[in-house]
Amino acid sequence: MAEPGTARSRTNAGPGRLLIAVYLLFAIAASSRAAVQIATRLDEAPLAYLLSALAAVVYIVAAVGLARAGHTGRRVALACCALELAGVVGVGAFSLARPDLFPDETVWSGFGSGYGYIPLVLPVLGLAWLRHTRHPDARKGPLLTPGA
Amino acid sequence: MNPPTPSPTPVPISGSPVDGVLAVAAIVLALLVAVWALVAALRHRSPDRVQFIGLAVLELLLLGLVVVTVVALAGGERPGEPGSFFGYLVTLLCLPPLAAVLARMEPTRWGSAIVCAVCLVTPVVVIRLQQTWEVLGG
Repeated sequence: MAEPGTARSRTNAGPGRLLIAVYLLFAIAASSRAAVQIATRLDEAPLAYLLSALAAVVYIVAAVGLARAGHTGRRVALACCALELAGVVGVGAFSLARPDLFPDETVWSGFGSGYGYIPLVLPVLGLAWLRHTRHPDARKGPLLTPGA
Repeated sequence: MNPPTPSPTPVPISGSPVDGVLAVAAIVLALLVAVWALVAALRHRSPDRVQFIGLAVLELLLLGLVVVTVVALAGGERPGEPGSFFGYLVTLLCLPPLAAVLARMEPTRWGSAIVCAVCLVTPVVVIRLQQTWEVLGG
C-alpha cells in the first residue's frame, strides 16, 4: 500500500489497481521475451530485441510509479506513459516503413498488434487515469485547484 | 516392391504434455472465471468466493500441467524452445496468485475486473506454452 501521506492521491486504488495489474502482466511478458531474445539470438535483430528490453523497463517503472502513487510516482508514471505512447506509435510506424530493421517482433511493432493492440491502448488509459486522479493530488503540485 | 517404410526415427509420438485435457480444462475454467468476474465487475460486486475458488482450482490445474511436463521431461521429451517454454510455464503459475493477491487488495468492482483481466490472459499464455513446446518449422 501507499504511504499514509499519499492516501488521497489514488492512482493505486480502484481502476488504477487494474491498470497496475495489466502493466505488471506486460512487464512480465516484455521482460521475459527480451531476456530470451537477448540471451539466445541478439545478433539476429539487435534493434528489435533491445527495444523489447527498453519496453520491459518502461512497463516495470510505470507500474511502480502508479503503485507508489505519490507526487514522484505520478511524474514517473506520466513520463513512462508518454514514452510508451511515443514508443508504440514510433516503433509501430517504423516497423511498417522499414521492416528490414525489425526481422523479429517486438512488443511495440505493428502498433502492438501481436499483443491485441493493448500496448497502444495502455499508455492512453494510463494518461487518462493520471489526468482523472489529478485533482486530489493538486495540493502538492503547482496547480492548486480549490473546490475541485 | 515393398512400399517405402516410414523412417524409423525415434520420435516420441506421445504428443505434447501441455496439449491435453488439463490444458483444455485450464483454458475453459479461466474463461468461465473471467466471465463470472466480468459480470461481478459490471454489477459493482467485489471479488466473491466463487472467483477465489475458481482461481485456486485454476492454479491446481496449472500445477497439474507442470507435473505432466516434468513427467514428459523425465521421459526424454524436450520442448521446441526451452527458454520460452519455461518462461511461459513460470509466468503461468504466477498468474492466479497475482490475481488473488491484487483482488484481495482491491475489494471493489475493480478487484473483480482484475480477476477478469488475468483470467483472460491465462488462456493466451497456455496457448503460447503449447506453441513453444511444438517445434514450429524445425
